Amino acid sequence: MLSIQYFASIREALDRNSEQLELPPDVTSVQMLIDHLLIANPHFEAVFSESSRGKGSKVLVAVNQTIVARNHRLSEHDEVAFFPPMTGG
Amino acid sequence: MISIQNEDFSLGDEYAAIRRRAGDAGAIVTFTGLVREVYGDGSTAGAVQSLTLEHYPGMTEKCLKDIQQKAEQRWPLLATRIIHRVGELTSHDQIVLVATASAHRHAAFESAEFIMDYLKSEAPFWKKQKSEQGSSWIKSRDTDKAALDRWQKP
Repeated sequence: MLSIQYFASIREALDRNSEQLELPPDVTSVQMLIDHLLIANPHFEAVFSESSRGKGSKVLVAVNQTIVARNHRLSEHDEVAFFPPMTGG
Repeated sequence: MISIQNEDFSLGDEYAAIRRRAGDAGAIVTFTGLVREVYGDGSTAGAVQSLTLEHYPGMTEKCLKDIQQKAEQRWPLLATRIIHRVGELTSHDQIVLVATASAHRHAAFESAEFIMDYLKSEAPFWKKQKSEQGSSWIKSRDTDKAALDRWQKP
């Protein structure tokens, strides 16, 4: 099972904290996972689509708690997280 | 030493503790970040009533440890301390503490600034402000990224 977590503005926009997903065999990268999530949840489009993103509101992805690029390869038990740019300190 | 906590901290206690740990330090630098009344992202000007800090438990600790190690590789540090608060804060509250101890002041000053610059852009914390106009997530700033780039120049 893949574990997916959402944080901050992304969590609020999608109205969910986390979910578990059986990784489909044809989903092998972060970008494929995003595409897969968009098909299952059309309202995710507003959060993930390039065109609706304002300045400074891009979506970052971490796999196993490290930020990765969209072409990062996924494995069955990965912990994936989606969140906006950080604003701590 | 790294702590993510809801509770406030005492600069005096933390200073005394790092001073004890730092052995023969010639310099200790402490930085404290506070909640401001006005956050200047322009979108919701007005007095901030509260600030809620969310984080990604697990990744936060990992990132801060990584930042601390980067600083220790770059400067001869005798001790470091990072505290970041989470949860709901109000204006003038303390949010973050970074303390560094070294034999000489330049290493202590620079490493404290380096840790703060990395923490702001790389540690998974998010601030949401509440004012009379409502709630909004604070946007990341390009100047924070620029502050980081400065450390990556040879």
